[in-house]
Amino acid sequence: MTTIDHPVPFPAGPVIRARPAGWLRDLASIAGRALRAVPRDISVVIPPVFIALFFFIVNIGTLKNVTSSIPGFNYTSFEMATAILLGVTGVSRAPALVLDVQSKYFDRLLLTPVRRTAILLGHMAADVAVAAVLTVPILVLGFILGVRFHDGPLGVAVFILLASLWSLAFAGFAYAIALKTGNPAAVNSTFLLFFPFLFLTSSYVPRSQLSGWLNTVAGFNPVTYLLGGLRSLVTGTGWQWTQLGEALLAVAIVGLISMTMCFAALRGRVKRG
Amino acid sequence: MPSTGEAIRTESLVREFGDVRAVDGVDLQIPVGEIYGFLGPNGAGKSTTVHMLCTLLAPSGGRALVAGYDVADQPGQVRLRIGVALQEAALDPKQTGTELLELQGRLYGLSRREIGQRVAELAELIDLGDFLNRLIGTYSGGMKRRLDLAAALIHNPEIVFLDEPTTGLDPVSRVQVWSEVRRLNQQLGMTIFLTTQYLEEADELAHRVGIIDNGRIVAEGTPTELKRSVGSDLIIARVEGDAERVSSVVKSVPGVLSVESHGNELVIATGNGSAAISPVAVALAGSEVAVRELTLRTPTLDDVFLELTGSHIERADAEEERL
Repeated sequence: MTTIDHPVPFPAGPVIRARPAGWLRDLASIAGRALRAVPRDISVVIPPVFIALFFFIVNIGTLKNVTSSIPGFNYTSFEMATAILLGVTGVSRAPALVLDVQSKYFDRLLLTPVRRTAILLGHMAADVAVAAVLTVPILVLGFILGVRFHDGPLGVAVFILLASLWSLAFAGFAYAIALKTGNPAAVNSTFLLFFPFLFLTSSYVPRSQLSGWLNTVAGFNPVTYLLGGLRSLVTGTGWQWTQLGEALLAVAIVGLISMTMCFAALRGRVKRG
Repeated sequence: MPSTGEAIRTESLVREFGDVRAVDGVDLQIPVGEIYGFLGPNGAGKSTTVHMLCTLLAPSGGRALVAGYDVADQPGQVRLRIGVALQEAALDPKQTGTELLELQGRLYGLSRREIGQRVAELAELIDLGDFLNRLIGTYSGGMKRRLDLAAALIHNPEIVFLDEPTTGLDPVSRVQVWSEVRRLNQQLGMTIFLTTQYLEEADELAHRVGIIDNGRIVAEGTPTELKRSVGSDLIIARVEGDAERVSSVVKSVPGVLSVESHGNELVIATGNGSAAISPVAVALAGSEVAVRELTLRTPTLDDVFLELTGSHIERADAEEERL
């Protein structure tokens, strides 16, 4: 190792001093770091997309004929919403945040004047961007298989937005656990929520085809309404405001719960007492 | 900075964890531009004090002003004015060194031009060469320490907290950090609060030293003052059995100022060690115990610690580790 035995030049001009960066710049800085890490951690995002594409194709092959008796029913369009949710649900930088806590890098961030909420929201902003990008290959496969959006590009944009907001709402649970426990294994357990949300609902067949108890449970599952809103963009004609409103409300309710939990966990994590 | 002339001031600072009082009424007054060595064994309260001063922990009692701002009421103002390198290099292995420094710069509100300037200056300082553009996960321990130090300095802080900056470093890297600490203080006028468990480090670097034990400051002064307080020279005698038995024999030797016994060791303070060592040896030879080792040396900060707490700082560390 070399030793420092030379004087390091120091600026002749005014000395550079720290100053508050502003909330938006804090947010952008944290989000930028989180996004830079995604390609270096690509194994986190590849499996969900692979699973989504795999089940999209397999489910169409398995169930398309079973549902062909339903008049005017297009199973490929119906199933794309499920594929999208399989792709974006659970995608978050929460495991990376746990590593920050464990490596004490989180403390280094807390030692700066950065707004504490920007640390969390910066990660979440990156998650929304990643989720939006992850919908693209699934949408492309859908287009290849003949799915069409009756409201054109705006319909596609609303579809991506709803899916990304859902991804964020679900990610809130992972961040809450990450900040509360600082334990990677606990964060991975968020996956347990994935099953009731994604499978106790009309993921594979219309709700009218569900058996009695499952139909009842699906009525309480917010994902049922989210799927309804997403499907209204590819199976109906014109904007289905009721279904879109229910989808937004379902995402908002889940988001409200998860964000309340994760901001409470953030307060606990940065509490200096 | 409010012109108090003091970089750090604490009054009866306390931090409790449940029933444990980790910091128990610490009073500090550290003027601007001083290197203050905070010395003590593991678990003495050094890191807890630093965590309070750099706003990561709230005090349970008392008050602390850093750069003139209260750490409890104005933590944001404090954070703008301090740089901190904690005991473990707090880095993100998935970023490159340059990315980490640039992010630090943005969080401290520096402009793109200022960040470029500071990264260039710090790159020269920490001498990481091409490694600065590689992922931090590929760095050695010493390289991480240097990058951590650079991250603490990106915004030219007025006060730098270095929490055991050389623990775990090899001797070459340790000397390198010492050189840098001196430069920051002498060339840039930064106040440096340095915690360490290495006596030599505090002796080498600090203008003043505070010794903390069990959460309390037990002595404070310049290294010279502290060492002088235990005598000009020390004769250390290691004997078979309990040294206390021959303590009175040695006390009566002319030129001996004081004698302390700790287990099988006698610490004999004298004004002139070379003149006193022969009479001490003769006195011990005529006593009932066998002498295993007799050495003459000038006092160290460990002797100060020994006199004040009754144990060597290194032994206190070992006991801490056993616990």
